[in-house]
Amino acid sequence: MRVLEIIEDPTGLFGAHSAIVDADGISKEVRLDLVDHPPEPGDYLIVHAGFAVNTLSEHEALRNLQLMREMAEGLDGGGGPGA
Amino acid sequence: MKYVDEFRDPELVGSLAAELDAVVSRPVRVMEVCGTHTMSIFRHGLRSLLPEELQLISGPGCPVCVTSAGHVDAFISMAQLDNVIIATFGDLIRVPGTHSSLDRVRADGARVEVVYSPMDGLTLAGSNPDKTVVFLGVGFETTCPGIAATILEASRRRLDNFCVFSAGKIMPPPLRALMQDPELSIDGLLCPGHVSIITGTGAYRFLADEFGISCVVSGFEPTDVLRALIMLVRQINEGRADVENAYSRVVTEEGNKQARAILDTVFELEDTPWRGLGVIARSGFGIREEFAPWDAVKKLDIIVQDVPEPKGCRCGDILKGLCLPPDCPVYGKRCTPLNPIGPCMVSSEGTCAAYYKYTM
Repeated sequence: MRVLEIIEDPTGLFGAHSAIVDADGISKEVRLDLVDHPPEPGDYLIVHAGFAVNTLSEHEALRNLQLMREMAEGLDGGGGPGA
Repeated sequence: MKYVDEFRDPELVGSLAAELDAVVSRPVRVMEVCGTHTMSIFRHGLRSLLPEELQLISGPGCPVCVTSAGHVDAFISMAQLDNVIIATFGDLIRVPGTHSSLDRVRADGARVEVVYSPMDGLTLAGSNPDKTVVFLGVGFETTCPGIAATILEASRRRLDNFCVFSAGKIMPPPLRALMQDPELSIDGLLCPGHVSIITGTGAYRFLADEFGISCVVSGFEPTDVLRALIMLVRQINEGRADVENAYSRVVTEEGNKQARAILDTVFELEDTPWRGLGVIARSGFGIREEFAPWDAVKKLDIIVQDVPEPKGCRCGDILKGLCLPPDCPVYGKRCTPLNPIGPCMVSSEGTCAAYYKYTM
């Protein structure tokens, strides 16, 4: 889900409190209590039961795809640890 | 949708399926631990693409399915108490207890509300100050941090008419128990994606080191699952037992430390019963004493009974990977999604529900 807006904690004590995300065209609010690193607008969040649990790494997503394509084309050497 | 559609590319799926076919050269048994993988494999039609010699069996990774019959009975008893509102994820509603289900007691007048997030329980509590709202805390490492954060929020707001019945669980202890079961024979594990976001891939290291089991953490899109299976079969072919990460766009080696810190603040590990596996030491999330005002077991004085599994139902054996749904005598006959006997037929992540929906 793509972050549209970050909402700060109304008391000012806890920093980023929640985010408005775009979930297939629907806007909804998700809590940010559990994320290691506060997201920014434009980031993609993995959301579980109303809580963001991680920010998707766009760099790793592209790397995952690249490795898949190489594997599918038989260009990955056929073994060894992947990422 | 960006970062979803790319991983469903039919051409890439076809090429990866061909590569998987090429690497499987002898019978291989792989357990997919996570219920979301089970459902994804069926939903995307991957079973029909898998080589015949690759056998996939399901494990104990559906949280509703592994919830003991005693816990389900306790949920139903709480729903029947005066002035109690039950807040729960939808999957639990139709799971049969010994004599009834949340669904049936709701039809008889009990107040059972389906919620999307545990935080919705706080909203319910706020708008019903004369009732006690009990959230049914069923889930694994992915769901339980949100439940912990909700308890912290209830404590911050001093909300005294909200509490949680914690039946949350962690994955490594049942996996250890399964690996020690002489009846189970598997070559590799397709490790859960979302649980691993929290735990990190390091949580499975003992499976490779102590039991020689090849492990690959996988995402849920069809190309993710196929790539993880290829990596797994290659490990097995090479005689390697390692933990590899095929879902690195969201899973890291160390996991989510913030979520684990919140878990540790609110919960402590305790012995808990698993359907099919019995009581497993230090495998459940119990609420720490300092958060006792939000612990439903203490607040409502609940006793969880040890009750037998439904007669004829083999959910327990299915969760241990010892049989498949068609091997169960009641599957598809007395036990169907409309009239479920065991939880594996109810939950959207249940193996029997997946088999029934996609193969019957």
